[in-house]
Amino acid sequence: MDHVKGEEENLTVLQLRERFPEATLSTRSFRNETTILIRPGDIIRICRFLKEDPSLLYDFLSDLTAVDRFDDHPRFEVVYHLYSLQYKWRIRLKVQIEETEAVPSVASVWGTANWHEREVFDMFGIRFEGHPDLRRILMPEDWEGCPLRKDYPVQASPKWWEEGAAGG
Amino acid sequence: MAEQRTMTINMGPQHPSTHGVLRLVLELDGEIVVRCTPHIGYLHTGMEKIAESKRYQQVIPITDRMDYLAPLSNNLAYVLAVEKLLGIEAPPRAQVIRVMLTELTRIGSHLVWLGTHAIDIGAMSVFLYAFREREAIVDMYEQVSGARMMSSYFRIGGLFADLPEGFERSVCAFIESFPDRLAEYEDLLTRNPIWIERTRGVGVIKSEDAIDLGLSGPNLRACGIPWDVRKSNPYSGYEQFHFEMSRGTHGDVYDRYLCRIFEMRQSVAIVRQALECLPEGPIAVADPKLTPPPKPMIKQSMEALIHHFLLWSEGFTVPAGEVYQSIESPRGEYGVYLVSDGSNKPYRIHFRTPSFVNLESLSKMAEGRLMADLVAIIGSIDIVLGEVDR
Repeated sequence: MDHVKGEEENLTVLQLRERFPEATLSTRSFRNETTILIRPGDIIRICRFLKEDPSLLYDFLSDLTAVDRFDDHPRFEVVYHLYSLQYKWRIRLKVQIEETEAVPSVASVWGTANWHEREVFDMFGIRFEGHPDLRRILMPEDWEGCPLRKDYPVQASPKWWEEGAAGG
Repeated sequence: MAEQRTMTINMGPQHPSTHGVLRLVLELDGEIVVRCTPHIGYLHTGMEKIAESKRYQQVIPITDRMDYLAPLSNNLAYVLAVEKLLGIEAPPRAQVIRVMLTELTRIGSHLVWLGTHAIDIGAMSVFLYAFREREAIVDMYEQVSGARMMSSYFRIGGLFADLPEGFERSVCAFIESFPDRLAEYEDLLTRNPIWIERTRGVGVIKSEDAIDLGLSGPNLRACGIPWDVRKSNPYSGYEQFHFEMSRGTHGDVYDRYLCRIFEMRQSVAIVRQALECLPEGPIAVADPKLTPPPKPMIKQSMEALIHHFLLWSEGFTVPAGEVYQSIESPRGEYGVYLVSDGSNKPYRIHFRTPSFVNLESLSKMAEGRLMADLVAIIGSIDIVLGEVDR
């Protein structure tokens, strides 16, 4: 059931382990999907390698998002879904960071990361170092709090709304 | 003096050509767009946050409301993701029905795109024809689910109900008449000199840039990159169907138009094959923990009553883990990243919506072009703001 399917994913893992032994922290396979945990500081280096290496060519960044593991340390996971248009493989990269830390931005590797990282910044308050334009994207500019954090209530109104209701 | 050369104007959010509530801040030099900055979020309703407090079945109606022109595609991506986490697969009949309905959805979605895109550029009559055909598809949603737009027809492990009496007849009638109708639209547009003038060479994006910006679906294929999730990473049994991938060369508005017209023809072919090979059998997995018992059973069997009660009060639990499932929605790669902590609600769910990602390339396509082309370019990317903002 939960094994690494085919040699291609193994190939990615093997290549990474060989090239970046100190940066590839762990790998996990679940439902035929491989997740590789990366040291945060090495994310750009590794993404660039995965994108450009002719035997891998993960040239398409499908998705970039984050998960708030509220009770755990480190608290946040930033998750990258890479796709290789040539070989049709998928791989999931992950970095774990504490609330106070920032992650290097991969916007210089893939243009599409620009908006994804803005969304993660908007929703989780995670900062991306070296991002060209780190602003809120979905929420209003003056919004307080990060809606997708686990300690943010599902039903919340902005302060001006509450004040307006109280003041009539 | 130099700073007075350009003028900044605001387009939207209430602008009919922005297909919803998209706001663009444009810096213009005469009629040339120097810089185009999209501002989004006007339709943000926190769907990912809401989903974290809903049981797995209750998330299905939320997905309808993202890309409201292709509700069944969204349903499909979500239920496939949950099924992957559970390690189950829907029965063959359910899979074929899913394919048939998502392809009809693709046609319906492309028809809305065609009509609104054409009206933006000034071809009024196409809009009326396209909506006439779409009506037949919306009627089919109503037949299967009772709702014309927010159908929520797919369920985890199968379907809400089997196809109703007479449904196959409606589909047959539609696929018989539709190709001729499509030829009529092409008569109106494909060789129309005004249409060509307004679309060819407009909004060009190079294939390297398209990949860099994460463009997918017909927008990417119009640049000549043959990537379709249905072909490259088939799901729901797409590998059994014969169809061709659309492909353009120039990556302009005209090629995106041709790609979508081509895709509608291919979808008709898939629907026809699905009708021909529609197997008999159950429409949902036999697991009583996932599929509600038939109503008459509840009155006869104690166990059925318990299962029914548990399913609607507590739902079901899903093994802890994480999956990413993507499908080819009418707009491109629609991905669902689902994290489970082993409870009956998703711990985190992220929707990789193609409209959000595709919209990012608008600036690249529009900068340096005429302001009037901007309207054609927005239409050609085919965004749904409900999906951009979620």
